[in-house]
Amino acid sequence: MPAVSKGDGMRGLAVFISDIRNCKSKEAEVKRINKELANIRSKFKGDKALDGYSKKKYVCKLLFIFLLGHDIDFGHMEAVNLLSSNKYTEKQIGYLFISVLVNSNSDLIRLINNAIKNDLSSRNPTFMNLSLHCIANVGSREMAEAFAAEIPHILVAGDTMDSVKQSAALCLLRLNRTSPDLVPMGEWTSRVVHLLNDQHLGVVTAATSLIATLAQKNPDEFKTSVSLAVARLSRIVTSASTDLQDYTYYFVPAPWLSVKLLRLLQCYPPPEDAAIRGRLTECLETILNKAQEPPKSKKIQHSNSKNAVLFEAISLIIHHDSEPTLLVRACNQLGQFLQHRETNLRYLALESMCTLASSEFSHEAVKTHIETVINALKTERDVSVRQRAVDLLYAMCDRSNAQQIVAEMLNYLENADYSIREEIVLKVAILAEKYAVDYTWYVDTILNLIRIAGDYVSEEVWYRVIQIVINRDDVQGYAAKTVFEALQAPACHENLLKVGGYILGEFGNLIAGDPRSSPLIQFNLLHSKFHLCSVPTRALLLSTYIKFINLFPEIKPTIQDVLRSDSQMKNADVELQQRAVEYLRLSCIASTDILATVLEEMPPFPERESSILAKLKKKKGPGKLPDIEEIRKEKNANINGGTEPVNASTNAKASPPPSSDLLGLGGSSTQNAAPPASTGGSLLVDVFSENNSTTPPGSVRPRRGRELLQVCLQNLGRMYVFFGNKTSTQFLNFSSAVLNVHTKPADPTVEGGAQLQQILNIECVTDFMEAPVLNIQFRYGGTLQNIAVKLPITLNKFFQPTEMTSQDFFQRWKQLSTPQQEVQKIFKAKHSMDTEVTKAKIIGFGVALLDQVDPNPTNYVGAGVIHTKTTQVGCLLRLEPNTQAQMYRLTLRTSRDTVSQRLCELLSDQF
Amino acid sequence: MIKAILIFNNHGKPRLSKFYEHYSEDTEQQIIRETFHLVSKRDENVCNFLEGGMLIGGSDNKLIYRHYATLYFVFCVDSSESELGILDLIQVFVETLDKCFENVCELDLIFHVDKVHNILAEMVMGGMVLETNMNEIITQVDAQNKMEKSEAGIAGAPARAVSAVKNMNLPEIPRNINIGDISIKVPNLPSFK
Repeated sequence: MPAVSKGDGMRGLAVFISDIRNCKSKEAEVKRINKELANIRSKFKGDKALDGYSKKKYVCKLLFIFLLGHDIDFGHMEAVNLLSSNKYTEKQIGYLFISVLVNSNSDLIRLINNAIKNDLSSRNPTFMNLSLHCIANVGSREMAEAFAAEIPHILVAGDTMDSVKQSAALCLLRLNRTSPDLVPMGEWTSRVVHLLNDQHLGVVTAATSLIATLAQKNPDEFKTSVSLAVARLSRIVTSASTDLQDYTYYFVPAPWLSVKLLRLLQCYPPPEDAAIRGRLTECLETILNKAQEPPKSKKIQHSNSKNAVLFEAISLIIHHDSEPTLLVRACNQLGQFLQHRETNLRYLALESMCTLASSEFSHEAVKTHIETVINALKTERDVSVRQRAVDLLYAMCDRSNAQQIVAEMLNYLENADYSIREEIVLKVAILAEKYAVDYTWYVDTILNLIRIAGDYVSEEVWYRVIQIVINRDDVQGYAAKTVFEALQAPACHENLLKVGGYILGEFGNLIAGDPRSSPLIQFNLLHSKFHLCSVPTRALLLSTYIKFINLFPEIKPTIQDVLRSDSQMKNADVELQQRAVEYLRLSCIASTDILATVLEEMPPFPERESSILAKLKKKKGPGKLPDIEEIRKEKNANINGGTEPVNASTNAKASPPPSSDLLGLGGSSTQNAAPPASTGGSLLVDVFSENNSTTPPGSVRPRRGRELLQVCLQNLGRMYVFFGNKTSTQFLNFSSAVLNVHTKPADPTVEGGAQLQQILNIECVTDFMEAPVLNIQFRYGGTLQNIAVKLPITLNKFFQPTEMTSQDFFQRWKQLSTPQQEVQKIFKAKHSMDTEVTKAKIIGFGVALLDQVDPNPTNYVGAGVIHTKTTQVGCLLRLEPNTQAQMYRLTLRTSRDTVSQRLCELLSDQF
Repeated sequence: MIKAILIFNNHGKPRLSKFYEHYSEDTEQQIIRETFHLVSKRDENVCNFLEGGMLIGGSDNKLIYRHYATLYFVFCVDSSESELGILDLIQVFVETLDKCFENVCELDLIFHVDKVHNILAEMVMGGMVLETNMNEIITQVDAQNKMEKSEAGIAGAPARAVSAVKNMNLPEIPRNINIGDISIKVPNLPSFK
């Protein structure tokens, strides 16, 4: 008899579902659902008590509606009431509703906990199981607080039923996952280990899962499990297929348990005790031997479960990495699978071999399969398998086979799936660099890479090739020649143009002797592609041109003509316009010596870890990435260096702003790609000073070197502002003032080339939105100049961090509960969601970062007080990252609505 | 750990979703759509594993799936699970459903959501495998049904009588309801033979 008889379906439910399925449109479906929701709501609210059957019917309807993706915002209370029913049917449907629909933050948890408590102590195994399931499904912190101490007792008590033990073990595992701090280790741990000897294999399986997870954090506590696990495994492996009766699955004895035991053993090094170690080796050998035996059944389930155990055994062998014979046998076994007709096995074999390739004992053995793997790359129909083949080729690559592997990867790249191209590009770039004996090969490879998959070549890759070419003079001539040839192609990728422009700008002279690549031809070749590229590339090419003026004085007039043309000089893009104007002036005024100094060849880059590697690591998974940090620092440096927003706004006028320093040009181009040498800065003052008549004093804009806001603890702040006169003439009647800020009056005269320091004492009178503006006035060459600069003073500068306990925090949080006091914003992350960086940003914001306040450890919680002259405003904040969606939710509660609003705006900008 | 168990049909209509980690309702629906998108475009005879979508954890996670007639069974798991082990678990789940429903088909999953959840709960708990022995699972399910029957026998009698009468008058019992574009009855699933 089937366990569920067909006839007892609920008619109302059936009719409802078929109605929905007959709906012709989404609107009709929504309409029907709303009607049903209204109906259920009125039934729940009605005075007539519903019988179990009706309750069940309505809950099933709600589950169906929920499954279709509609919100269910009622019925929770009814579900909670069902929990306290004495009838199994009602209790069960209540628990079902809760485990599907109630999330861990629900207000109802307390009520649910009460019901669970009753069921847990009921001694009725069915009820106990239901309640344990509920805890495991919801797994909230409040539940952990209520039950984490009790469940271990249930688990190890002698009179607990087997099925309850199983549930208790997994329930505990779940709580340990969500709230590890609340699951106490204790005398129960040793008794849990002994569950590995239990009669009931279901109990053993659950206990093994639990121990494997706990042992990762507390290996010592569970050390004794190793010998028990080996003993158990040995008994399973050597048993006849009928011994374990129901736990034999398609002639394989207890495959799941074997897999779990082998996983557990991977938490530990090889056993030290020789006897145990011998027994384990025996087990592993038996498993490997069985793989060679003829199958006991033709069914796929038989080979599947047999191989599940085999792959886990191989993982353990690789993990131990100590028995050369076993490693080689494992490798041979995987080699067989590489050519198996089952796609799943080929996939898993490629995956396991990846880890095997890193072992010194088996690296050579893995390498023998190179042809098979390359073949897989070419012939596999399944992209997942091809992806694994790429991974394995990457893992087995060394100096001896690098050229072959890189060539095959490049080959494959031409037809590779779009989803994995970028990763292959990174891998090729890394291998080519790592195993390059001959750097001409490296240059060829990377140029090929750009040719084949230019769109997938990230900045890191082409930065790196330039770094290497600059640092190795033996390859520079070859690189110049090769890029020159590559650029001959009628259509070449912009990335190639970037590399080409940069390399020719540095080393074009090395090939200029050949009449086929004379300076003019080089220039014309680059310039013929100029108009087709994006702004950053054009900016880079302009730098190449000025470098050409230095390298090849004979084509200076041609280049000057280009720079002088309207399309450069009046370009709508400020960066391009600025470069054109500055480079043109530089080429007109500076002597050859100065030019040679300014435009000197780039010095070698400091040796450092390849940023490509960092990028690949990031792509493949989380981890600490020092290089990314570095890049970020570089970016910040650029921002501090020149193009601050304030400055940009002062010179965004139509007239060309021949601004001050070359270094600032790095703003939009990248650090590596900005050829101007750092020695240029001081010279430029001279360059422009000869040219007073046409220079509007935009160039004297105050260059705010560094603002130091020293005191943040009170409502007082102090700021130092430096004014530098970059011209040679005096500024007269100099003054600067900020509304409502005490300034020590500045010296009215600023000599040419001199710097002036002014101290601003700032007091926060009340909360404010707009940053104060510093008005600077001075007389220069007869005309009065007015410049307004926003000071980087924001409300959060007046924070005092406040440490508080979880209890205090929540108490205050609840006090600030009126709608005006809370401001919430949900927004997309603009930067990578790195925990450490986020923490630093929150602390930098001025509040104290509170640990272990939020039940969810991934959330950030902070508290601080803003001091103003009149009042103090307490502020609480909570930031919830969602890494899956790359979103943040920021909630601020303060006693003043304007403060909440402003702080939320300020802080949300940071992520 | 198993992060989620999803069942949807060839058209992407969800038939069961069980998440063992918390996501917002919107995210859950997105995950179902994304997973369907990833799985449905794959040919038959390719491997049963693929890297997870971005929403459910990216490259550390795998989707392990089987395709039976009109239904996809997808388990989203992290790296601590054995791929082949999960594949067998899906098989056990389906075989159990088949035994409980006698030649299970898509409609059984729709009309007996609660039963399917109960059967699943006997196998997987909080994202970990609870029981793999089919006989044990079915014994548990049978015991529950008995309890249900006995309770229904006392209190639910009137309601059941009404329901039975209504059923008699119903010309089309659920199994034959017109359901548009979906094939009504899946004959015996080929993979069970």
